[in-house]
Amino acid sequence: MTQQQTAGGDVRLTGISKTYGSFTAVHPLDLTVPQGSFFALLGASGCGKTTTLRMIAGLEEATTGTVSLGGRDITDLPPYKRPVNTVFQSYALFPHLDVSENIAFGLRRRGIKSVKKQVGEMLDLVQLGDFARRKPHRLSGGQQQRVAVARALINHPQVLLLDEPLGALDLKLRRQMQLELKRIQTEVGITFVHVTHDQEEAMTMADTVAVMNGGRVEQLGAPADLYENPRTTFVANFLGTSNLIEGEIVSTGTDVVVSAGGGELRLPVGRCPSPARSGEKLLVGVRPEKISLTHTDDADAIPDGRNRVTGRITDSSFIGVSTQYVVESPAGASLQVYEQNIERDSRLAAGADVVLHWNPEHTFGLDAAQSINAGADGLEDVA
Amino acid sequence: MSVTDAPPAPPVKAVIRKPSTRRRLVPYWLLLPGILWLLVFFALPMVYQASTSVQTGSLEKGFEVTWHFRTYWDALADYYPQFVRSLLYAGTATLLCLLLGYPLAYLIAFKAGRWRNLVLVLVVAPFFTSFLIRTLAWKTILADGGAVVDVLHTLHVLDVTAWLGWTENNRVLATPMAVVCGLTYNFLPFMILPLYTSLERIDGRLHEAAGDLYATPATTFRKVTLPLSMPGVVSGTLLTFIPASGDYVNAELLGSTDTKMVGSVIQSQFLRVLDYPTAAALSFILMAVVLLLVTVYIRRSGTEDLV
Repeated sequence: MTQQQTAGGDVRLTGISKTYGSFTAVHPLDLTVPQGSFFALLGASGCGKTTTLRMIAGLEEATTGTVSLGGRDITDLPPYKRPVNTVFQSYALFPHLDVSENIAFGLRRRGIKSVKKQVGEMLDLVQLGDFARRKPHRLSGGQQQRVAVARALINHPQVLLLDEPLGALDLKLRRQMQLELKRIQTEVGITFVHVTHDQEEAMTMADTVAVMNGGRVEQLGAPADLYENPRTTFVANFLGTSNLIEGEIVSTGTDVVVSAGGGELRLPVGRCPSPARSGEKLLVGVRPEKISLTHTDDADAIPDGRNRVTGRITDSSFIGVSTQYVVESPAGASLQVYEQNIERDSRLAAGADVVLHWNPEHTFGLDAAQSINAGADGLEDVA
Repeated sequence: MSVTDAPPAPPVKAVIRKPSTRRRLVPYWLLLPGILWLLVFFALPMVYQASTSVQTGSLEKGFEVTWHFRTYWDALADYYPQFVRSLLYAGTATLLCLLLGYPLAYLIAFKAGRWRNLVLVLVVAPFFTSFLIRTLAWKTILADGGAVVDVLHTLHVLDVTAWLGWTENNRVLATPMAVVCGLTYNFLPFMILPLYTSLERIDGRLHEAAGDLYATPATTFRKVTLPLSMPGVVSGTLLTFIPASGDYVNAELLGSTDTKMVGSVIQSQFLRVLDYPTAAALSFILMAVVLLLVTVYIRRSGTEDLV
């Protein structure tokens, strides 16, 4: 990304932390949000993502560390002096002002002329031209959300902060607003920092996602990179679903060979936490959609060189585009498999013995010292 | 029942069910006790007083309705200073209540934290003592040679207030200031409680949003908090002004003959002079004046939207 080279408007958090009494909401944290990027802070509730956002806005005082914007230290500036604006979770629209006065609020406070023209343009941008004179309580949730976005954007902030702005909307509207926000961001080119607990939302919208857990950033990267190369079990489980199999390293080379559940699994050495040494424990991970399912009777037809695990289907559910299987396996976990519904093998039903196989390239390794269930929301039932 | 021997189904008619008579009457039944109460204890006395106000006669010969509307004119001509004074004192006390009550209500609503309920109880605490006793206590507080008067005298505050005509002869008791102080004290809770209620309803995130949109704390108050608390300001001022303008206890106990309010006049006309028509006429004039002022005030404050 070319914008990343211009440090002009980067948001830089240096050693920033927040403690309330004895509770640490955010551990000392370093983070740089490049100018013009769509950055998502993703995590479960209570992970410190909103606190981090509020420290950028100035609504929360940082216990330690500094916040700088385009090289300028803004740590001690009150919110009304910071060139950032926030879209609040509950929108916090002023109930006594109509839509256009809500949107004009920031401009009026800075004594800017041509308010009317700018408000008109902003109303067009968020497609609310017909509602200018309405009071917020007479708008639907989606319309209120757009007013909140317009009210913040009209100030041309260097950074727009979004605190779960879509949380109150129903699924269909949320999808629509995701696209809309993405469109607006591309159009205006302002840095967006978006806080969400919805991993799908973060992945569809953001260029860069920081996954937070327990007041720390677990991993930061492009959505596809986070998904393909999770570095912790939390990220592996929180972003989508992962099958994690405990094993022991047998040999290393260009491929690492791991013995697990009575068989051997291979993965590229580059996808292991370095250094990988023989005799050490390793968690072998693979995403459910990378796995192919073959009935045991046809096991001979599986090409060589693929990782194989045997098991028995315990559950299958038909989703439409795919079928999701749960497979009980000596590898010690109930493995998830998503199969595209292209040619359905009628033998693949609960109770069938199957072979799970996948390309070793699609396998990743994780440090076995961490909890295998972290971030799984209790959905993964590891027996 | 089997399908074959079922009689041919009659054509389905759209049945619009009317609510039963019983159901429709429920609201009226619920209204009945209140209406009866108001009828017996408000409407009837009003009619009775209205008729009294146009009667002539004397206590010995008895009164009768002669449609003598002149009583109104005479009452107004004789007692207009007391009317003006009442409105002035009540207005000043209301303003003082607002100035004292708003910061306190703000503090309770936004800053008191876990002390909130305690402070609210303290606001209401004076009600546990009788109105009369509280007002009499002020007589002691403001007494000549008391600590308050001494301090005000030493600080030369009394010179200023005397120049303004609020006090005289280095006294506070038996002056307009004493009456206004008494009114302010006695009606302060009626100001604080509605103010608190409307401030407490304001979403704290609106303050954050205003700050986020470049409003300084002072501007946030002016543009967000104050407009949103207007329903409380309006109901607080009404709850203070209306009873204060008809009050006579403070003027009687803390004032002098020069500080008489219209409430005192009505009271003495009724109970001492026994001139019932004049007393009734005065009551109706006061009611009309207050109603007029309140109507204008509510129209002007334009809070219909927020309530």
